[in-house]
Amino acid sequence: MANQDFRICSESGLKVYKNAETLIKWNVIAALATLAVGGLMALLVALTRWPSVHLLGLTEYYRFLTAHGVDALLAWILFFEMALVYFASTVVLGTRFRGVVVGWISFALMLIGGALINVIIIMGRADVMFTSYAPLKADPLYYLGVILFAVGALIGFIMFFVNVVYAKRDGGFKRSLPLGSFGLAAASIIGVLTLAHGAGIFIPAFLWSLDFIGYIDPSAYRLVFWGLGHSSQQINVCAMVAVWYMTSAFVVGGKPVNEKLSRTAFVLYILFINLASEHHLLVDPVLSTWHKIVNTSYMMHLAVLASMIHAFAIPASIEVALRKQGFRSGLFEWFKKAPWGNPAFAAVALSILLFGFLGGITGVIFGTEQFNIIRHNTFAITGHFHGTVVAGTTIAFMGFTYLLIPCIFKRQLIWKGFAQIQPYLYAVGVAMLSIGMMSAGAFGVPRRHYDITFSGAPFSFTFDPAIDMFMSMMGVGALLAVAGGVLFILIGFGSMIWGKEVK
Amino acid sequence: MAIREPERIWWKPFSKDERMWVTVAVVWMLVSFLFMPIYHLYGAQNPPSETYKVEPEAFDKLVTKMIDKYKVGEENGFPIVHPDPNEPVFIRAQMWQWYPIIEFEKGKTYRVHLSSMDIQHGFSVQPINLNFMALPGYDYVLKLTPTTSGEFHIVCNEYCGVGHHTMVGKIYVKDAAKTAAN
Repeated sequence: MANQDFRICSESGLKVYKNAETLIKWNVIAALATLAVGGLMALLVALTRWPSVHLLGLTEYYRFLTAHGVDALLAWILFFEMALVYFASTVVLGTRFRGVVVGWISFALMLIGGALINVIIIMGRADVMFTSYAPLKADPLYYLGVILFAVGALIGFIMFFVNVVYAKRDGGFKRSLPLGSFGLAAASIIGVLTLAHGAGIFIPAFLWSLDFIGYIDPSAYRLVFWGLGHSSQQINVCAMVAVWYMTSAFVVGGKPVNEKLSRTAFVLYILFINLASEHHLLVDPVLSTWHKIVNTSYMMHLAVLASMIHAFAIPASIEVALRKQGFRSGLFEWFKKAPWGNPAFAAVALSILLFGFLGGITGVIFGTEQFNIIRHNTFAITGHFHGTVVAGTTIAFMGFTYLLIPCIFKRQLIWKGFAQIQPYLYAVGVAMLSIGMMSAGAFGVPRRHYDITFSGAPFSFTFDPAIDMFMSMMGVGALLAVAGGVLFILIGFGSMIWGKEVK
Repeated sequence: MAIREPERIWWKPFSKDERMWVTVAVVWMLVSFLFMPIYHLYGAQNPPSETYKVEPEAFDKLVTKMIDKYKVGEENGFPIVHPDPNEPVFIRAQMWQWYPIIEFEKGKTYRVHLSSMDIQHGFSVQPINLNFMALPGYDYVLKLTPTTSGEFHIVCNEYCGVGHHTMVGKIYVKDAAKTAAN
C-alpha cells in the first residue's frame, strides 16, 4: 500500500488522505456557493415580506422563495453534510476514501440535479414552493432535478458506511466509532430512510408530471412528502449535534462525559424522529386523531428527550475540558474564560443556545395538536424552522467550516477580526428574524404570502397593527443575517484562495 | 474525545448530575406526552378527524343547493348564506376565493364541510387565528361553535398560485336574538 498519499493535519494530528481531502474540499466549495445563492434569495424574499419595503414583484417573489428553499435548505446543507460524512468516515478514522469514483459520481449528480432545479425555477416553470404539494404541478425537469440531487446524496450517505467498513478492516478503529462519527452514522441512517421517502414521492410526482400517472392523492402526497421533508431535518439535527461534539473536541479538547448517554441519545433520534414527522398533518383531514397523537405525541417526545440529553452533555464536556485546562475557580470561571473569540467555538455555543431556545422549544409547542390549530401555516412556522435550520444547523456548519479551512484546505483564515464577530452578527440577525416571524405569526400572518394587506381581494382585512413592528424586526434581522452571511462567504472563499498556507 | 475512539469499556453508569438531568427531562417529556391525549379527551378545542371522500363536482352541487335554500343577501358578488344550525354547512375553496359568505348564529353548533375544487388551500380564520387544511377530493368536517359575534375573515395560508394573496373570504357571527328580529 502506498503510504505517501496522506499527511498529518498540524491542527488536530489527524491523518488526511489526499483523495478524501479533494472530495471534501469540493463538497464544501459547492456548499458555500449554494449558500451564497440561497442567501441572496433570502435577502430578496425577506425584503419583499417586510411591508414597508415590499421589493419584488408578484411572480418573482414566489419564484425566488421557491429557489430560496431549495438552495438554502436542500443544497447548502446536503453538500455540507456530504463533506461531513466523508470527513467523519475517513479523516476522523485516519483512513483513505474507498471508492472515490463513486464519491465523485454522487457529487456530480448533486451538482447536475441542483443546477437543473435552479434553472427550471428561474425560468418560471416550477413556481410550486419547496413542498410542491400535488395537485400543484411543476415542469417534469423540476422533479427530475430533485431526484438526481437526492440520488446523489443517497450515494454519499451509503459511501459513509462503505468507508466505515473499510476503516475497520484497515485499523481506523478497533471496536467503537468515535462519537463524532457515531453521530454522523445516525445521520446517515436517517438519511437513507429519508431519501427513500423522497424516492417514494418524487418518482410518482415525476411520472405524474409526464402524464404516466393520472392522479396523485393530495393527502398521501403530504404524508410521504413530510417523511422526506421533516425527517431530512433530523439528518441536519444529527449532523449538527455531531459537529457540536467534534468542535468541542477540536477547540477545547472536550471529551464526552459519558459515552453511553450521548450514544443512547443518537439512537433515540434514529428510532423515533421519522414517525414524528406527522406533526405536519395535525390539522389535515384523512388521518385519524389517535394516529396523529401516537405519532406526534409519543414519538416526538422521545426524540426531544435525545436533544435534551445532548443539551446537557455537550456543555458538560466543554466545562470538564476547560476545568482541566485550569479554569477552576468558582462556578463560572470556565465559562468566562471559554474561547469566545474563536469563531468555531462561538458558532457552536450560539448554535446550541438558539437551536434549543428558539427552534427546539417552539417545535415542541407547535407540534402539539391543540397549539397547531393556532399556528399551522402561519409565519410562526417559518420562524420556528429558521430557529432550527438556520440558527442551529447553519451556524454550526459555519463554525465547522472555520475548522475545515486549516485542516482540509491547509489555509489560515483571513480577516481574523471579522471572523471573530461573524457568528455573533449572524446569530443576532437570525434570532431577530426568527422572533419577528414567530410573533407576527401569533397574530395570524400567513407564511408564503405576497401581500398581507390583501390588495385586490374581494374583502379587505387588516391585521393587528402590532405586526408592523414584528415584520420590521424580521426585516432588520434579515439584513443583519445577510451581512453576517456575506462575511462568512467572503472569509470562506477568501481564505481558500488568499489564506496563508498551513504547513 | 469525540474524534477519538473511546476506551474499551464505555458503557458506564451515569453520574449523579446525569441521572438528575435525565430524570428532569423524562418527567418533562412525560408531561408533554400526556398533555396532548388528555386535552384531546377533555379539552374544548381540538382538531377533528371526520373526513369523507368527495368529488369536486358533487361538493359544488351541495354548495349550490345550500345557497339556493338559505341565501339572505349578497356582498361584493358573494352570496351571504344563513344556514339552519341543524343542517350541514359547506365552504368551498378554489383559486382564489372562499365561497360563499356564511352567517352563523352565536352559540349554535355547526358542522362545517370544507373542501377544495382545485389545489390545496389553507383555511385560516382571522383575527382569531384558527387554521385547517382544505384538500381537493376530501371533505373535512369541522364542528364549529362560534362564541363571539362579529365579522371574521378567511385568509388562505397555503400557497395556491399568483392570486394566493387575494384569496380572502368572510364569515359573520350574529347574536341569536338579533337574527331572529331581522
